[in-house]
Amino acid sequence: MLSFVIRRVLWFIPTILMVSIVTFLLIHATPGSPFQPEGANNLRPEDIERIEKQYGLDKPLPVQYANYIWKAMQGDFGESYQRRSQQVGDIISRTFPTSFHLGVMALTFAAVGGVILGVLAAVNQNGPMDYFSVTLAVLFYSVPNFVLAILLILAFVFWIPGWTGLDFFNVGGWESPRDWILPTIALGAGPLAIIARYTRSSMIDVIRSDYVRTARAKGLAERKVIVKHVLKNALIPVVTLLGPLLAALATGSFFVEQVFAIPGMGKFFIESMRAKDQPMILAVVLLYGVFLAIMNLLVDLAYGAIDPRIRLN
Amino acid sequence: MATSERNEQVSQAQLLAEAAEAAPSRQASLWGDAWRRLIRNRLAVIGMVIVVMLVLLAVFAPLLAPYGEGEVIHESLVLAKPSWYFPMGVDQNGRDVFSRMLYGARVSLLVGVVAQLIVLAIALPVGSVAGYFGGRVDNYLMRAVDVVYAIPQLLLVLLIVNLRGPGIANIFLAIGLTGWVTMARLIRGQMLMIREQEYVKASRVAGAGPLYIIVRHMLPNSMTPIIVALTFGIPVAIFIEAALSFVGVGIRPPQASWGQMVGIGQQYIRSVQHLMLFPSLAIALTMLAFTFLGDGLRDALDVRLND
Repeated sequence: MLSFVIRRVLWFIPTILMVSIVTFLLIHATPGSPFQPEGANNLRPEDIERIEKQYGLDKPLPVQYANYIWKAMQGDFGESYQRRSQQVGDIISRTFPTSFHLGVMALTFAAVGGVILGVLAAVNQNGPMDYFSVTLAVLFYSVPNFVLAILLILAFVFWIPGWTGLDFFNVGGWESPRDWILPTIALGAGPLAIIARYTRSSMIDVIRSDYVRTARAKGLAERKVIVKHVLKNALIPVVTLLGPLLAALATGSFFVEQVFAIPGMGKFFIESMRAKDQPMILAVVLLYGVFLAIMNLLVDLAYGAIDPRIRLN
Repeated sequence: MATSERNEQVSQAQLLAEAAEAAPSRQASLWGDAWRRLIRNRLAVIGMVIVVMLVLLAVFAPLLAPYGEGEVIHESLVLAKPSWYFPMGVDQNGRDVFSRMLYGARVSLLVGVVAQLIVLAIALPVGSVAGYFGGRVDNYLMRAVDVVYAIPQLLLVLLIVNLRGPGIANIFLAIGLTGWVTMARLIRGQMLMIREQEYVKASRVAGAGPLYIIVRHMLPNSMTPIIVALTFGIPVAIFIEAALSFVGVGIRPPQASWGQMVGIGQQYIRSVQHLMLFPSLAIALTMLAFTFLGDGLRDALDVRLND
């Protein structure tokens, strides 16, 4: 167990390094100077050269990369090119909590809704409730989050208030809890559908197993069979979904934040992308890489802890 | 004695002939059975009908569209609401939304199909070789998988498109370059499984080379999961293009794309809503149709994908 943890922790050092190298190369191969965005005032070439020197961009790439990584390990991600005089670290620590907040709410919504929907479907297999949840899951699964976000805005901000006069939601913003509801649904719907599908099929597998038949044969109430025997075992494989789901939530938040004008990291990231703000892009991608690697490790460990049949080695 | 021997030979020959006749028809019935199961699935048929209609609309877009893709009809019509003459209204530049929707279907379907072809072109050789030979090739593949999996696909696509610039060719490339890993892993897994089958061993013993075995035995027998994975890959590619164009780094105007139309429509949301409504519905419907079709194919071909 301990050696597994150590090996996994050691393994994500090369992974993160590879991620940083790939990102670094992709960003530095991008044509066009970050200091000369389209449509901006023309700088004299010698000025651009001076600014590039100031940021150390005149040095060979490997040196730049080594400098970057060395500083990044000390928590210094450099200065934003787009918003001069602002540290990338400061921008991220200001915007990340908002994205994290949205992500946690969406994940909670997805987990609770998905498990309920999946269980209801499995318990009433081939009944109307099953068809309802399966259909809802397919809908949520296939409609992209930003499209859902827009359909939600159209319905709840424009049409329903127009018909009923009840004006509850805003087009965007992140001030009050009422602003949180629509983005949470838009971001969480896809993961909810995946959890629901997975829970349903996992439940159906377990319902057919021998120990469930035994539990029923000894006269346990159906409710108890489902909760104590089926659900407990059926949810174990669902835990493994967390890794890919977190990745989906992280990238999904770029677009949902864009639609609802939420001042989170995703919205900043898209802006940095357009402005070729290299330090911002690098820091955000690295942050996601590290975050996802840690979460995947935690999920693996949790999986081993929940299911005694699994030996981690 | 001689006659009975001859009879035996005749009956053997007959059996062989019957078997030879039966063989192709049995193979046809594998796909025939799958087809029958597919068309019995109501949702799959709905998905198929929508996909076929989309393909027709996309192919015949220039004939069906009342106006050109970037044609500005008249300045006075800017942001006009849907009407008899402009069934989906007019956009912020005075272009007919309905015509742009038709041209947008071309982009979506083209991205879906071409990106999957690129994925297949990379994944097929890599996955086959890794699965058949194992060893070092396999190790390299799995390490590449680790790195690519550490970055979410959409993030990687954003970086590549940012590097190469907007435009449909770069979107093909970005989705293909980031999407092949999953497919290669699937093919590798199939190959690993089939490699140990008796008929492959028999073929190897009979002197068949790796290329022959891969092409003649292993690929045909891993067709079904590949087909299903490709079908599921199409909506993913369509989604990525829409998302890129939505935030303004994908397809640039005057070329039309549904995602881009939604993104531009969003800027006018407080005054008019039809600009975003129609492309949003089109994206949702297309994704839904491919998911229905993919689900139906998976059930009809009886494939278990480890998702």
